[in-house]
Amino acid sequence: MSTRARPAATPPPPEARTEQAGPDRAELSAGARQERRLGWLLCAPAVVVMIAVTAYPIGYAVYLSLQRYDLRFPGRAEFVGLSNYGAVLSSPFWWDAFWVTLFITAVSVAIELVLGMGLALVMHRTIFWRGVVRTSVLVPYGIVTVVAAFSWQYAWTPELGYLAELLPSGEAPLTEQWPALWLIILAEVWKTTPFMALLLLAGLALVPEETLKAAMVDGATAWQRFTKVMVPLMKPAILVALLFRTLDAFRIFDNIYILTAGAQGTGSVSILGYDNLFTALNLGIGSAISVLIFICVGIIAFTFVKLFGTAAPGAEVKR
Amino acid sequence: MPLLASVLAACGGDEGSGRPTLNWYNFPDDSGALQKAADRCSQASGGRYSISYNKLPRAADGQRQQLVRRLAAEDDSLDILGLDVTWAAEFAEARWIREWTGTAKRQAVEGTLRVPLRTSTWKGKLYAVPYNTNTQLLWYRKDLVPTPPRTWAEMLDMAGALARQGKPHFVEIQGAQYEGLTVWFNTLINSAGGSILNATATEPSLGRPAVRAAGIMRDLARSPAADPSLPNQMEDQNRLAMESGTAAFELNYPFVYPSMKANNPELFKNFRWAPYPRVDPNRPARPTIGGIDLAVSAYSRHPDLAFEAALCLRNRENQLSAALEGGLPPTLRALYDEPAFMKEYPFSKDVLAALESASVRPITPVYQNVSIAVSHTLSPPSGIEPESSVDTIGEQIDDALRSEGVIP
Repeated sequence: MSTRARPAATPPPPEARTEQAGPDRAELSAGARQERRLGWLLCAPAVVVMIAVTAYPIGYAVYLSLQRYDLRFPGRAEFVGLSNYGAVLSSPFWWDAFWVTLFITAVSVAIELVLGMGLALVMHRTIFWRGVVRTSVLVPYGIVTVVAAFSWQYAWTPELGYLAELLPSGEAPLTEQWPALWLIILAEVWKTTPFMALLLLAGLALVPEETLKAAMVDGATAWQRFTKVMVPLMKPAILVALLFRTLDAFRIFDNIYILTAGAQGTGSVSILGYDNLFTALNLGIGSAISVLIFICVGIIAFTFVKLFGTAAPGAEVKR
Repeated sequence: MPLLASVLAACGGDEGSGRPTLNWYNFPDDSGALQKAADRCSQASGGRYSISYNKLPRAADGQRQQLVRRLAAEDDSLDILGLDVTWAAEFAEARWIREWTGTAKRQAVEGTLRVPLRTSTWKGKLYAVPYNTNTQLLWYRKDLVPTPPRTWAEMLDMAGALARQGKPHFVEIQGAQYEGLTVWFNTLINSAGGSILNATATEPSLGRPAVRAAGIMRDLARSPAADPSLPNQMEDQNRLAMESGTAAFELNYPFVYPSMKANNPELFKNFRWAPYPRVDPNRPARPTIGGIDLAVSAYSRHPDLAFEAALCLRNRENQLSAALEGGLPPTLRALYDEPAFMKEYPFSKDVLAALESASVRPITPVYQNVSIAVSHTLSPPSGIEPESSVDTIGEQIDDALRSEGVIP
């Protein structure tokens, strides 16, 4: 918790950090120390709330994952160590769900990045109706996912939906694994590309017009200006957009729940966890799955920050 | 604390007036029959209790989740629970519902159909009272099929012949990966003389009948009789397909009858019913029953009143109005001779015959896992490999019975 709260409470300006790296902490003046203590006092309530609403449930889930605990057999509850993890990790259902989740995550985020960048450029350059354009692009993101998923489901159901009508008669795409997976990805992309675009639009605002004009004077083509000037300068925004979307996509639930409910090999790890917790009422196995998802999310976040580390805000000291 | 308690009591209804409110949680009924039953019983109690009817979510899974969440939290504001026929064993094993004993038990059993009673019983004890029941019939179009098929083989032949003539020929059945698929399999395996679990529900007993059942499902899915959306279809999609005129047969519950009457009067003229098709020509089909059982929560503050109220809610008068207004087949045997019911339900004799030879789904606390193992393995039906699919189901049920392993 504290690792999250600390930078939020005392955000060191990038210049200050580079200077501070050398001198000893003991050299802080009394005033600075007092200010730091005040900072801690001010963020303490937030830390307490965070512990209550996130650390406790996570800790409890870890505790449950070490138990054999089936709600239907209260008498059989016992400590079983890591055997629930063994059961999950040796189950083909977990690995099927895991690969499906990774596939959906990788493909949908990649498509969203490209489309989102396109939309961001359009929104950035639009001169007329700027507000209307930005609002209309954001409409899909404003619709509740479950509601959107229901309309996709009806649209792809033969005899009910207008999209199914476009297919050759007898095709029911949601009943087969690959078509269903692509439709889930389509629903995800439709829904969250605007979010990606919004984050990238913020990144575009970081690119100074003068730099672009200078590149133009030097004879850079539009593509060169985009790849050599805009993308490097936008790297922090791209990192944030990719990180947020990847973490989100890995936890995909609503679209799959409505479109196929995980049938025909389209279930994600979240669907697997939900089924084991709420349908099978197996708190031990279900919690083990939840903790594994949590660990995966942690690994994704760590990898991203390591890979793009130099682009993280405030990390670049040379320029 | 006393202040808080009095505020809570005030919210809970008329505790102060000495007239307890019994909370009845049941499936959402649009006909108004359930609300009327609650009102009638409140009235009949002579001021000793009043019943408040609370609607659960529409889908069975949602209903079970809401009940389980509240019961796991020992919520004492639940009194009478409407349980799907597959939940009594599970709720009893988790000690969430009370056993029926003494006079209440005698009244619950008296005149009640035998098969629905089996769903309320776990380890020889009665845990609920059957409220309504339900079973499937074969619905067909008289203009396409002058004599209804008696067996699955005959039905597939007829559908094939209709397909060759370019006429509507689909057999509408629940092929989606959900409970309905398990029901289909359960009906076929029982009709073939077998069962999913052994008599004591301790291990799978699939064997040859299961292989035959799985084979029939696969054959239908790979024949011209299969609707292209078969792997995604549930009861309501079946109804819609039949009403739109693309199908010749439909295996479904009696709610399709009033629906066809209202939605397609032209087709309704040729809409007929017949007993569920057999697997063997000389062994009657054993369709699986559905329905609701009423149980009393273990955490209820007024258990004695709750037993009494549950019996009132399913008495003759209330079951009749639920049948006439809500279309729910009753569990009291005598009502099947009631002229008003026979008039509204022209197929009441066939429903009764089906109920008397009906089968139940495996009675075990881990029924949900068993059902998921079955529906997951048999989905999509066209991918079934009878021998190996049945082996897989057996392995997964073994795990489920020990409440071990991950469910798909």
